Amino acid sequence: MLVVSAGAIRPARRVLPGFRLTLGYTLFYLGLIVLIPLSALLLKTFTLSWDQFIAAVASPRVVASYRLTFLAALVASLVNALFGLLVAWVLVRYNFPGKKVVDALVDLPFALPTAVAGISLTALLADNGWVGSLLAPHGIALAFNPKGVVIALIFIGLPFVVRTVQPVLEDAERELEEAASCLGATRWQTFRYVIFPSIAPALLTGFAMAFARAVGEYGSVIFIAGNMPMVSEITPLIIIGKLEQYDYAGATAVAVVMLTFSFILLMLINALQAWQRKRSGAR
Amino acid sequence: MNFRSTAGRMVASIACAVSTLACAQNTLLNVSYDVSREFYKDINSSFVAQYRKTTGADVKVDQSHGGSSSQARAVNDGLDADVVTMNTTTDIDFLASSGIVAKDWPRQFPNHASPTSSTMLFLTRAGNPKGIRDWNDLIRPDVKVVLVNPKTGGNGRMAYLAAWGYVRKKGGTDAQAAEFVGKLYRNVPVLAKGGRDATAIFLQRNVGDVLITFESEVVSVEREFGAGKVDAIHPSISIVAENPVAIVERTVKKKGTAALARAYLNYLYSDEAQEIAARHALRPVNATILKKYASTLKPIDLFRVEDYFGSLAQAQSVHFNDGGEFDKLYTVR
Repeated sequence: MLVVSAGAIRPARRVLPGFRLTLGYTLFYLGLIVLIPLSALLLKTFTLSWDQFIAAVASPRVVASYRLTFLAALVASLVNALFGLLVAWVLVRYNFPGKKVVDALVDLPFALPTAVAGISLTALLADNGWVGSLLAPHGIALAFNPKGVVIALIFIGLPFVVRTVQPVLEDAERELEEAASCLGATRWQTFRYVIFPSIAPALLTGFAMAFARAVGEYGSVIFIAGNMPMVSEITPLIIIGKLEQYDYAGATAVAVVMLTFSFILLMLINALQAWQRKRSGAR
Repeated sequence: MNFRSTAGRMVASIACAVSTLACAQNTLLNVSYDVSREFYKDINSSFVAQYRKTTGADVKVDQSHGGSSSQARAVNDGLDADVVTMNTTTDIDFLASSGIVAKDWPRQFPNHASPTSSTMLFLTRAGNPKGIRDWNDLIRPDVKVVLVNPKTGGNGRMAYLAAWGYVRKKGGTDAQAAEFVGKLYRNVPVLAKGGRDATAIFLQRNVGDVLITFESEVVSVEREFGAGKVDAIHPSISIVAENPVAIVERTVKKKGTAALARAYLNYLYSDEAQEIAARHALRPVNATILKKYASTLKPIDLFRVEDYFGSLAQAQSVHFNDGGEFDKLYTVR
């Protein structure tokens, strides 16, 4: 959905054969894997009347959960965009002993079962954990409240930003930076006007992916959130709660609302990316 | 966890196909709730031995465990369970409503088809520093209570109903009960996702002064994870939490295992099985055996869900469904 490399080549006559076959396959595959499950979701929602739908998706507890889920995901992916960029920068531009290991560490949040991540973070941050016990005397509690949710989401979202920005940084032309420097640009100006515009689309992609992942995350958050209604319940927990009541239609209704929000946000980010690319004159 | 049992049945059916003996369908799948794993392991090995002794036939019982209602959903969606053994009646009612289990399932076996039951008890820190003795201590402002979110766990629903029923049994009205439960939940810093999660939060994360959970969980925590770190507290009044069982008609019709499934569930009422239940801190229906284990399964003044809530299904719709009493605790102040 989000294309990093700008400017698809459009020759008058296609050089490579098999366009129709591959397009057909692509549509078939997307239909099978994405559209059929999603339409099942929609169909189940349509078993509700409009009033029932509103009651399911707009009750105070559910609305509070949207607020928490989307805000926490936004904060976490912003933090990840900033620090992920930093990590990618260090991994690309500098050489240091143990670089390979650090590079591999970045992927760990991908590989770790999310429940394990949630339990370890909780163990660490609870009032009797290594970190939590240092903070507790100062009245700072990071587990069992919305802060814990943000921390868990930062953890699972990190690789998305690093892994999307890294290859673009690697391909960035050093000559441009040298030229900027020769023309008298300061180091900040070089970064601001030369480097940043070239990595911004990738950064946005990474941000969007981290955000989308964070919105849907369940396994890790559930152990650290505390799950208090109106305060620290995430929307996926609301969905599980409805399933526990055998309220399939209500659960899918909330899921549809969540998907719609996410889809709109991703479209916005896509548009932002296109606008940014046009403005910076990149191809 | 379902994989192994599926593989087991595949092996069994291949063996049947090869040998062509009348060995068809002597395997049962018992789909059960999360923390009953050890209990049914003991039950199954004892049932298999007993069945061989009385009929000479070899049988095998596979187990599948998970959250009670997610297990019920799996059976509803096609998991080939021969019998379901759950910890809330609503889970089996759900299967009955979709026609997979007989409508009159509570009458097919003695005692509302519940061979065992449990109740809600308290666990406090060693020595009970806050002096928690009964339900009314839980609403003191200095007490923090850990329990399960009633939205996501049967354990949490029972704790809520036990607190509500305590007020009613003391002669209070529903309004007074609502006020009491409201105060109690204001003392709850964390709502756990399920029973084991609540235990971990209380024991490992050191959150709260008291944990409310099933008796079987209290006993196993006291025996294993938390020996010396916790005290079990028996409140003056608590609730009967039935562990209902039922035959899955859809599967037994297909596999021809109806008789075996019935024998298995009937076995749960035998003295032998009731003893095993008592050893696993589940309250047996057999009063003599319950009395024999009175040192762990202490006599408490117990009330039934039907006494104050009509039925568990009614309690569900009044208290736990969206917009119910539980939601009001948090949305109406």
